[in-house]
Amino acid sequence: MSVLRIAATVYDAIRAHGEETYPHECCGALLGHQTAEGWRIELSVKAGNTRTDSAHNRYSISPLELVKIEREARKRGLSIGGFYHSHPDHPAQWSPTDFSEAHWMGCSYAITAVAQGKATVTNSFLLAGTTEEDKRFEHESIELFDAVASLVPAGESKQE
Amino acid sequence: MTIFIPTPLRQFAAGKDTLEVNAATVAGALDELTQAFPDLRKHLFSGEGKLRAFVNVYLNDEDVRYLPEKEATAVKAGDTLSIIPSIAGGC
Repeated sequence: MSVLRIAATVYDAIRAHGEETYPHECCGALLGHQTAEGWRIELSVKAGNTRTDSAHNRYSISPLELVKIEREARKRGLSIGGFYHSHPDHPAQWSPTDFSEAHWMGCSYAITAVAQGKATVTNSFLLAGTTEEDKRFEHESIELFDAVASLVPAGESKQE
Repeated sequence: MTIFIPTPLRQFAAGKDTLEVNAATVAGALDELTQAFPDLRKHLFSGEGKLRAFVNVYLNDEDVRYLPEKEATAVKAGDTLSIIPSIAGGC
């Protein structure tokens, strides 16, 4: 099983983001390094949900915002390793919509269930496979680590 | 110009995250990219040779689909071409 290693502060931040946007879905990117076991996530970046027509059960990130997030990641020597979003009053399991709209093979998709405004379960799924035809979500374990201060330059961090 | 290769496609580009090309247009740049890394072609283009619907290509900050000349748009040294698969979903 793949492991998503994520800084404890980032884990807390993505869960808090889900509470902040409740009853709408939150979304954002996870930045880090790829390891043999899976992604090691050092930073998260909040993104706007462009699905204002149905924000309670849909999310979408503007491609231009993604372009800018990727530029920022490169400056920091990081890569986009995955994405996160919330499921307001819905389990932390991927949905058919999540699956059909998932195209970042080899990346992690973290989902936090937010029940009545309170973050409950957070799960992560690795988008395995190499093509649209053989892609699949695989549940991965989440391990937290304490961020090393030097990895997050003070004063200019986008870490949430 | 520089082409930025997104995380999911680096496995088909010898692990590289960028490629420098000397192309005249966006289409020419993408052609150089897929000539350098042929395995990328099926991930970027449909069987009809069109960019897949979920693949966004940005010339600097502009979505190529909305540029007047689209993929025939001229490029110059210093430009960047970002390939960004879409992100969406929901419960």
